[in-house]
Amino acid sequence: MKDLTQVEPGEQKAPVMAPGHNYGTITDKISSIVLKKPVSKGWILGFLVCFVILQWMLYGITLLFFKGVGVWGVNIPIGWGFAIVNFVWWIGIGHAGTLISAILLLLRQSWRNSINRFAEAMTLFAVACAGMFPIFHLGRPWVFYWLFPYPNTMGYWPNFRSPLVWDVFAVSTYGTISLVFWYVGMIPDFATLREIADKKWIKYVYGMLALGWRNSARHWSRYETAYLLLAGLATPLVLSVHTVVSFDFAIGIVPGWHTTIFPPYFVAGAIYSGFAMVLVLAIPIRKFYHLEDFITARHIENSAMVMLATGWIVAYGYAFEAFMNWYGGDVYEGFVRFNRLHGPYAFWYFALLTCNLLIPQVLWFRRVRLNNFVLFLISMDILIGMWLERFIIVVVSLHRDFLNSSFGMYYPTQIDWAIFIGTLGFFTACMFLFMRLLPSISIFELRTLLPEAEAVKHE
Amino acid sequence: MKDPKIYGLLAEFDTAEAVVEAAQRTYAAGYRKIDAYSPFPIEELWEAIGFHKNGVAPVCLLGGLLGGTGAYLLQWWINTISYPVNIGGRPFHSWPAFIIVTFEMTILFGGLSAVFGMLVMNGLPQPYHPLFNVDRFAGVTRDRFFIAIFASDAKYDLLETREFLQTLHPHSISEVPT
Amino acid sequence: MKMEEQNGKPHQEEVCPGKKDKLNLESANALIAETKGPEFWRSLEELAGSGEFQEMMHREFPKGASEWLDSVSRRGFMKLMGASLAMAGMTACTKQPMEAIVPYVKQPEDVIPGKPLFYATAFTLGGYAAPLLVESHLFRPTKIEGNDKHPASLGGTDVYSQASVLGMYDPDRSQNVIHAGDVSSWGEFQNFIRGPLKGQEASQGAGIRILSGAFSSPALADQVQAFLKLYPGAKWHTYEPVNRDNALEGAKLAFGQPVETQYHLENADVVVSLDADFLYAGFPGFTKYARDFAARRNPDSGMSRFYAIESAPTSSGVKADHRLPVRASHVGAIAATIKDGTFLVKGFPQIDRGLTEEETRFMRAVSRDLRAHSGSSVVIPGEHQPPIVHALAHAINAQLGNVGKTVVYTDPVIANPVNQLESFKDLVADMNAGKVQLLILSGVNPLFDAPVDLNFAKAFEGVPLRIHHGLYQDETAEHCHWHINQADYLEAWGDTRAFDGTVSLVQPLIAPLYDGKSLHDLLAVLSGEPQASGHEIVQAYWQKQHSGADFDMFWRRSLHDGFVADTAYSPKQVAAKSANFAQSASPDAKAIEINFRPDPSVYDGRFSNNAWLQELPKPMSKITWDNCVWIGPAMAERLGVQKRDMVRVALGDAKVDLPVWIQAGHPDNSVTVFLGYGRKRAGRAGTGAGFDVYPLRTSATPWFTTGAQVSKISGTYILASTQGYQTMDAGDVTRPIVRTATLDEYRKHADFNEEKPPAELTLYPGYEAQYRSENYAWGMTIDLNSCVGCNNCIVACQSENNIAVVGKEQVNHGRHMHWIRVDAYYQGDRNDPKAYFQPVPCMQCENAPCELVCPVGATTHSTEGLNDMVYNRCVGTRYCSNNCPYKVRRFNFFLFSDWDTPQYKMMRNPDVTVRSRGVMEKCTYCVQRITEYRIKSEESGTKDYNTDADLKTACQQSCPANAITFGNINVADSQVSKLKKNQRNYGLLDDLNTRPRTTYLAEIRNPNPELEA
Repeated sequence: MKDLTQVEPGEQKAPVMAPGHNYGTITDKISSIVLKKPVSKGWILGFLVCFVILQWMLYGITLLFFKGVGVWGVNIPIGWGFAIVNFVWWIGIGHAGTLISAILLLLRQSWRNSINRFAEAMTLFAVACAGMFPIFHLGRPWVFYWLFPYPNTMGYWPNFRSPLVWDVFAVSTYGTISLVFWYVGMIPDFATLREIADKKWIKYVYGMLALGWRNSARHWSRYETAYLLLAGLATPLVLSVHTVVSFDFAIGIVPGWHTTIFPPYFVAGAIYSGFAMVLVLAIPIRKFYHLEDFITARHIENSAMVMLATGWIVAYGYAFEAFMNWYGGDVYEGFVRFNRLHGPYAFWYFALLTCNLLIPQVLWFRRVRLNNFVLFLISMDILIGMWLERFIIVVVSLHRDFLNSSFGMYYPTQIDWAIFIGTLGFFTACMFLFMRLLPSISIFELRTLLPEAEAVKHE
Repeated sequence: MKDPKIYGLLAEFDTAEAVVEAAQRTYAAGYRKIDAYSPFPIEELWEAIGFHKNGVAPVCLLGGLLGGTGAYLLQWWINTISYPVNIGGRPFHSWPAFIIVTFEMTILFGGLSAVFGMLVMNGLPQPYHPLFNVDRFAGVTRDRFFIAIFASDAKYDLLETREFLQTLHPHSISEVPT
Repeated sequence: MKMEEQNGKPHQEEVCPGKKDKLNLESANALIAETKGPEFWRSLEELAGSGEFQEMMHREFPKGASEWLDSVSRRGFMKLMGASLAMAGMTACTKQPMEAIVPYVKQPEDVIPGKPLFYATAFTLGGYAAPLLVESHLFRPTKIEGNDKHPASLGGTDVYSQASVLGMYDPDRSQNVIHAGDVSSWGEFQNFIRGPLKGQEASQGAGIRILSGAFSSPALADQVQAFLKLYPGAKWHTYEPVNRDNALEGAKLAFGQPVETQYHLENADVVVSLDADFLYAGFPGFTKYARDFAARRNPDSGMSRFYAIESAPTSSGVKADHRLPVRASHVGAIAATIKDGTFLVKGFPQIDRGLTEEETRFMRAVSRDLRAHSGSSVVIPGEHQPPIVHALAHAINAQLGNVGKTVVYTDPVIANPVNQLESFKDLVADMNAGKVQLLILSGVNPLFDAPVDLNFAKAFEGVPLRIHHGLYQDETAEHCHWHINQADYLEAWGDTRAFDGTVSLVQPLIAPLYDGKSLHDLLAVLSGEPQASGHEIVQAYWQKQHSGADFDMFWRRSLHDGFVADTAYSPKQVAAKSANFAQSASPDAKAIEINFRPDPSVYDGRFSNNAWLQELPKPMSKITWDNCVWIGPAMAERLGVQKRDMVRVALGDAKVDLPVWIQAGHPDNSVTVFLGYGRKRAGRAGTGAGFDVYPLRTSATPWFTTGAQVSKISGTYILASTQGYQTMDAGDVTRPIVRTATLDEYRKHADFNEEKPPAELTLYPGYEAQYRSENYAWGMTIDLNSCVGCNNCIVACQSENNIAVVGKEQVNHGRHMHWIRVDAYYQGDRNDPKAYFQPVPCMQCENAPCELVCPVGATTHSTEGLNDMVYNRCVGTRYCSNNCPYKVRRFNFFLFSDWDTPQYKMMRNPDVTVRSRGVMEKCTYCVQRITEYRIKSEESGTKDYNTDADLKTACQQSCPANAITFGNINVADSQVSKLKKNQRNYGLLDDLNTRPRTTYLAEIRNPNPELEA
């Protein structure tokens, strides 16, 4: 059958699903990844590699907990280093999933149906990675729970004025809602797997997960409402999370942090990197698991367009930041601009501009948007660029603030790198497991995309 | 006549259109203790069997309101009554700072109550259901459509109901043992 | 992302394309040329842009964790070693001296646990006493303070005496009598020594030599005389590498007799320093001079004018209104010129002494100024300057009629005022001649610090019996047959004289931790009366001195006050012979001159193992844990060296490799090296730190000489400085960090000090009313005019607040823990800059940015306006530090505090938590003292809330210059309230509306209009 996933330029939009499918074929094709296909060598190799990298993180954490945060490059004045940079970066990546699932659902973008499932999974794992760092970066990680809202033995509560407490609430809420959203979305598919699975214990497991779902119309009705409401709630939530994260900086008085542009600019950046990560995952997945029928060029192209758009919002953020530094006329703010352009970290600032502003402009060309390989590279580039952006914001703002006598430098240590790269291993390892154990594409939602399903509505 | 050993009758259909039409006719025929089953959500289907209000939205609203007000009141109480502290010269009741947590809690409680409300009202989790005894019913998770008329229905009579179902031209009809 | 490799590589261009220059001095000059107005800078790198950072990128260990993870820094090493000491369990026993010692405030019988007692005693350096009060918790000395009753202290101290308490508890101090490398005992030594002494009786002890450091103790002198009567043939020698021979010889030159010179700066309108660093520890009378000098720097009441002529930048020079950097060898000519200038009634001598135009102009102005202030001016010669300069200074002061007003001459303070170098040479000569059979060394370390040309080591090996008596088993002890562990001054009885002759009685605060013996004990044994204790000896001596029945009263009174009344020397009438300066052919201006200076931290090397002093940033460079060679900017340019490059300094055939520190204001064609580093047997802190420059130092030219060769060699060295970027320029703007004005500007429009934020600049109701309603509202002012940058406050704070030492690597990482720091900023022409000191403790902001962001509320505001820090609650997010614009918060990145070494446990202040790993800490205005005061005052039920009299923070108490004022700003007549009304008062970064409770008094300079023109 003709490969419909590649569209000739000039041809109209690709379909969201290749024709020639019916309820059954969809079901078989997707469920077979989990149930029928044997574990491939590629999968095992890939998983092992990630797992090894993961061990590096564990080594770093062990050292960290034994010796203290001094094993990192942090110091006075640069109290926050890689830990916070990575936290913000991962949280940002974690935005695409919920965004795709929730916002696109509300916007009735039916093409989302085939990518939302693993986008949500990606969100969860990214949030998990992000969630580790605030705990690691504490001087006394074993008392992290003191940030939770409960009175200690003296009847003393956390300080609700601190953005870090807001973080606790925002991130944990986001994690919970995303998890629920993801699970609820999978219940009907679990039911499907329950029926298809032939091994008894597998039936049993998926049966438990399916909660006894039986596709009753009444259930569907409540299910759809709940799902829609969840999407409606998740939408402001996903926007709020990075807003709150940006408050960690915007509330501070550090020049380069203390600015009102941060919330929208952080959210845009989050979506930017989020979609980049979606593509970095989607492009290989659809290739190796032959899902071109469901993740079509349409999805890829749309994601690319979203990146282009958000990329420009981010660009606006940079421009406005620089403008306000100058326009504000403040001695210290003014120096932020100078220091970024001429300071010791200038190279990385220019690298950031190249990665986030310059290179992605090729996305204007449809030929590029439709070329999976190039797109993959650009997505990688954007991920790096967004990491650099966080590095510039956190470290470069801190290293020269108000009193010249307290200017300093930050040098990441091996442990900084070990833990950062380790989380990449953790993330990808989780994705490997997910692909193998859970329906990576929403089966029942794909069914609704079939012509015969559409037909009902037009009676 | 009613057979205590039978839970209801299950008619199987091939397409969405068919099942929707059949559902409408069943409801029109006066059957009320009925349900329809489809591999994916079909709004027309639950409309057809006369299921209009599912009650999830009010639960969600209630949960959200509780979460929000609760969060704000807690912060207000802590900072002005329970343990007021001078933090950086800010007033005890720094309401702008309290909005964030309030918002997050609204979302959290709203979302969770929507989901758990849905599950509870659906009577889930429910690992066993008589329908699972019908082998053909497994198809509902793949590509089959069903209509069930339960023995508990006032109008239900094994023979009459079976004849009525025949008039809907189902793919098959099976009895659901209790 | 290749940042990791980047850091490792010296190639900085990639990282920082904007700044290609590796210390490009053209650009530096250019930048100076174009900067307008008062532009501030600290070092050439900064002047030239980001060269500093290129340097920092060169550092090895920030590359990765691995290096310093394993060698957990010197501090970690100290910890491990400390644990394994044969001292275990000693924390349990507080060892009380046998004899009755008299508490300063209360009788010992009513010791109340938790309430410290203060005992008066004195610390001695180079024979000059620093009178002290020592805080004692249950007979554990914990904190050194100045004796405010004593005329030579007035409450102030210096860094050496402040840190001496750590020295006392040093676990590396010698703990045993050692014989031939094996542990022996005091008893065995006593038995042993009888033999050799018998052997000497025949020759009346002609083979006995004793070498000690300089001392002023009357009792000891008496004992020595007695000993020498016993063995007439024996000789007593005195030698310290840092001595005052020049002053002594200068006095002999001028007056024909050795007299002590005292200055009364409180009467001086014009002060001229001829290479004298009289505002830093080590200069006899420093604490008093600093106090008097600072008192006369008040612009609101007759401000004095200070000219400094310096061969190497000093913290004294920083305070000068006019500073002239010249090579040391040139100071003589300058002194002579001033002399001529002051002798002539009008006009100015035309004798050519090789002065430049600029110098001549300078001297003309100085001379005029001096003449104009005859009787109220003073010329102070430097210790390092040859006798002739001292003689000239005496002549000038005499000519100006300053004698008796600003200058006073007295008998010498040192017990036997001999030329120490000559004395030492004699000893070596005798040793070489084989005349010495028995050599006893006490408190000296000649194998480390003897002049290299005397070849002491060789002569030393020739002596049949060598006995070493000292605090440490040092380089010299290693080569002695016997080593007797000495008792620290806090452990032994004694007496000593301050610079004005006043005698302080030294009473022990604690019985010797390691059963050390004082020199009194040793001499007693040598004199054949081993039963006599130090206490008896000292008391017996004063019994003899005291005529009158009430000796007990007198004794108690003297111990109580810390000094023997009326023992200050009375002024001596001496006539200065007119000193004639023989114009020696001043050395070739191109020849490179080398200065030897005692290190501001470890002095001549004796404090090498004192970690507080090691980690104390040097006043000018802010370097810790190391010494280096200072090179002037112009010379560095010629040599093509930059900070942290290695150079080889050669003198004759001696060579030493040193790291470079380019010191602004250093005279050209001259380098300065610092003594005391490169110890081989100092202890865990001192051994191996820095570079030994004694190999360059000969007996002929102990202080400076020309003809040194300086050449760049490969490699760089890590110098850990506690200040990163020390100009007030950032980008193209100068930040208003230190505010300054000249006296005229200040007088003309006293409101020069603008930028005060309007009080209503806030959206919040605020706590003003509540603060005012309290009994106390704590506040502090720091007078930048008074601060002489002596670093005293840093050590005092470290001692009071149990602040950890972190070691060189961690300092280099920017993780030093000092709660108060003294920033040094330079301004103007880098070859002759103006410089400013700025002490920075916590500002205790009323709108504290740090508090707002702490998630667990570990730092909150007290009703009395303190920015409290709750260690127990802190989880260590470090957000507060990020949000602190003053960066005064310090974080325990590792377990920095030493929790194991028993000695340190005894030393700690029990009122202050010893912080653990992972918590933030900071200055709290010594909240423990505040609380103690509050309790006392509530007990007494006083309604007077002015705390000026009885409540002082540690930094304030120790400050010799009275630069720090702390008190209750709710009381209108408290000193701090008054100062805050002063026109000079300003809040650092107050445009951020942080409302700091700590404010500064702007620095006013009083330049000579004639030179300004």
